[in-house]
Amino acid sequence: MSELIRWSAAELAERLTAGDVSSVEAVRAHVDRIAEVDPDVHAFLHVAGDAALARAEQIDRQRADGAELGPLAGVPIAIKDVLCTKDMPSTAASRILEGWIPPYDATPVARLRAAGLVPLGKTNMDEFAMGSSTEHSAYGPTRNPWDLTRIPGGSGGGSAAAVAAFEAPVALGSDTGGSIRQPAAVTGSVGVKPTYGGVSRFGAIALASSLDQVGPVSRAVLDAALIHDVIGGHDPLDATSIPDAWPSMAAAAREGAASGSLAGVRVGVVRQLNGDGFQAGVRQRFAEALERMAAAGAEVVEVEAPNFEHAISAYYLILPAEASSNLAKYDSVRFGLRVEQAGSTTEQMMARSREAGFGPEVKRRIILGTYALSAGYYDAYYGSAQQVRTLVQRDFDAAFEQVDVLVSPSTPTTAFPLGQKVDDPMAMYLNDVTTIPANLAGVPGMGLPIGLAPEDGLPVGLQIMAPARQDARLYRVGAVVEALLEAEWGGPLLAQAPQLGGTRSPLQFAATPGTAPAAGTGTEPDGGTR
Amino acid sequence: MPDAPAVITVADVQHLAGLSRIALSAEEVEHLAGELTQIVESVRRVQQVVTPDVPATSHPLPLEGAPRPDVVGLVLTQEQVLSGAPAARDGRFVVPAILGEEQ
Repeated sequence: MSELIRWSAAELAERLTAGDVSSVEAVRAHVDRIAEVDPDVHAFLHVAGDAALARAEQIDRQRADGAELGPLAGVPIAIKDVLCTKDMPSTAASRILEGWIPPYDATPVARLRAAGLVPLGKTNMDEFAMGSSTEHSAYGPTRNPWDLTRIPGGSGGGSAAAVAAFEAPVALGSDTGGSIRQPAAVTGSVGVKPTYGGVSRFGAIALASSLDQVGPVSRAVLDAALIHDVIGGHDPLDATSIPDAWPSMAAAAREGAASGSLAGVRVGVVRQLNGDGFQAGVRQRFAEALERMAAAGAEVVEVEAPNFEHAISAYYLILPAEASSNLAKYDSVRFGLRVEQAGSTTEQMMARSREAGFGPEVKRRIILGTYALSAGYYDAYYGSAQQVRTLVQRDFDAAFEQVDVLVSPSTPTTAFPLGQKVDDPMAMYLNDVTTIPANLAGVPGMGLPIGLAPEDGLPVGLQIMAPARQDARLYRVGAVVEALLEAEWGGPLLAQAPQLGGTRSPLQFAATPGTAPAAGTGTEPDGGTR
Repeated sequence: MPDAPAVITVADVQHLAGLSRIALSAEEVEHLAGELTQIVESVRRVQQVVTPDVPATSHPLPLEGAPRPDVVGLVLTQEQVLSGAPAARDGRFVVPAILGEEQ
């Protein structure tokens, strides 16, 4: 295994600029790593392979010619399959979009390319981002690099597992109810859901438009900040994009790491997000993280957010309602799967195509959303849920009058075994209890690792939330916490993760027939390996 | 809204599947009726926590509509639009009959 795959994106960028290493070498090392470990981890649905190498070669040539390149030029990055890429299939892990190649790039992808980052491939996810375990992918689950029998979180389990397994230094994710922060927690990685409107949603395949937000996935707070600076900012193609200028997130992260101090920072512990239902080791590591923050000068107080208890109910009405509307576009006419029988009408064809193309969780949420929006129930369900959303926002407003940031464990438990909750929708939904309030209110949230739970040796995450538009505060505080903990650990938490690849672990995972996208015309436009 | 337990029947699911344009199998309909009853029972408590004076929030941050100059923006070519179509001919999407025999 090449050592360079363990470098942070910031370090790799420096070495690329210094000429110590080429982008081709960096991309080659990661493509080799993917070939080595992805048969076990299954973080990728598509690997760009030759196309990534060709782009890296181009960057190297430009650098040699003395061209002015962005600070991250030549750094490889993995992209969640929810984002449209005009040179790679974009399926949202659904059969209904199998092999679909969009005619445009999502804005965050276009900005990455413009900054010279090299897309390595598309990462696995729960179908249309509906899930908390990546088990709802139509192409088979991703496995947690810490324990291949456990979930990597979801919906962005592929992006989190890719960075945690050193298959990519950084990745893009999307977060509708925790899909960046929860996978970060259970894989020992870092992830940020920006303020709603902070990163363009143009070209992000929509789940719930008032909740969706694209953000960075990484192994280090500074790396997430560097990516956030590239993808963020106003985009006229997204009507909900915030037009204001943003401060540099990377500067905030560097400032935090350099100061090592939280003096004057008021940290609020949300009482409703740290209850008896939380795993003992999660609560223990969370309490220790609070002690470290207090020792670094933070003023730690408990705050109340009584309506957070109702957030999950409101979310599971609002999300299905918006999803049922957004997913009406998969009509088997303009793009996507078509299932046709002789003599059938267009409407019958649509219904058969959607029956064949959507998985069980997607059907469940479309039907639930259609119910919540139907005449006679709209006010009682969707209307009430929107009122609860107001109450959740008011709780945030009141809390942020007392404190600068709010904190909680990122998730109630560490990674659970694959298969444990996949047939129990309500149990699966409860995984998001800690992360959903931020989406309902539009405020930014970060997840970062704070240690391993003593009882199972699996990663535990800290969630930090800030008021809307104060994303930089997350990076400043997050970088301090990261620096304090890594000084104690003697390095990043992921250095403690088990080795992958090479000699196979005793657990042998036979390839499940039919789980990989079928190779064929249109699925591999760029010489991809999958 | 009724305080009686919400029950989503097989007939309800069949109706909703029709509205959603999903040709569910009989087994799926049966299964979903049970699951949705459980889910709705769990989330319907939102009705109890709000009072009429609480305004609804449909969007997380207040945003003004942003007008732009009335010029052609980013548009796709006809070829690009048709590039993902399951069937296209003469620059158009191809679909089977719109109306059935009894319509």
